[in-house]
Amino acid sequence: MTPLIEAPSDRLLAGLKALLADKGIVTAQEIAERVAQTDRASPAQGGRMVARAWTDPEYHALLLRDGAQAAEAMGIAMRGLPPLGVLENTDETHNLVVCTLCSCYPRAVLGYPPFWFKSPGYRARAVRDPRGVLAEFGTVLPEARRIRVVDSTADYRWMVLPQRPAGTEGWDADQLAALLREGDMIGVTVPSA
Amino acid sequence: MLSPGTTVRVRDDWPEARGPCHIRTPHYLRGRLGTVVRPLGAFRNPEDLAFARPAPMLALYHVAFEPRSIWPDAGGDEIVVELYETWLEAA
Repeated sequence: MTPLIEAPSDRLLAGLKALLADKGIVTAQEIAERVAQTDRASPAQGGRMVARAWTDPEYHALLLRDGAQAAEAMGIAMRGLPPLGVLENTDETHNLVVCTLCSCYPRAVLGYPPFWFKSPGYRARAVRDPRGVLAEFGTVLPEARRIRVVDSTADYRWMVLPQRPAGTEGWDADQLAALLREGDMIGVTVPSA
Repeated sequence: MLSPGTTVRVRDDWPEARGPCHIRTPHYLRGRLGTVVRPLGAFRNPEDLAFARPAPMLALYHVAFEPRSIWPDAGGDEIVVELYETWLEAA
């Protein structure tokens, strides 16, 4: 018999799905829905949340208090997912998110992580040399700005609320959302107008 | 329940040296001193969940560390990590 580890992955997946259905754990339809939900998630969703927080003080407060509720308020399904914590960048402190153990990432609001987020290089260096990593992303912060590295290790997922860039006075939430890239919400970059 | 500002030490324990295990406490923090930022709620112990064992609810904390106390050449100002109560001891 072929060892399980050497079996073709498509057959393994089909076998696993059939067992899950047979045992009444999860149906094929539920799996398909969750895959579709994961595929729909993208940094645009996090971008809409950030842009709304920049233009709506009540939503800003909700986002910092309970990120999952704030995501739900934008129509993003968070049921059964880890809580979402939101870290606000200020004139005093810049936040950078890493998962040194693996690849914990707020997929519900940012989609699949960029390839480098899971790389051993980013994971080892972000925590020890954040300024060096930021510089490689072209991000240079004022010397006095504190850098807080948030190592996402357990049951939370973390997203950064960047500072609203100068020169965006009077912009509406859609215009602001279009400025945001995934790196801004991980903290490796900052948005600019 | 640990209150914000409490100084704690991460247990200097290495379960990975004793056999198969699943750990959410990074190596670089074992034995290090940190400060509780705030409680993050309670979750089933992932170290048990990973092996389909009965998993008790554990308190999870955000704990802050001084990077230069870990690496003399560290570049940041603060490292904040989620840690379970079972990994924290009085300092």
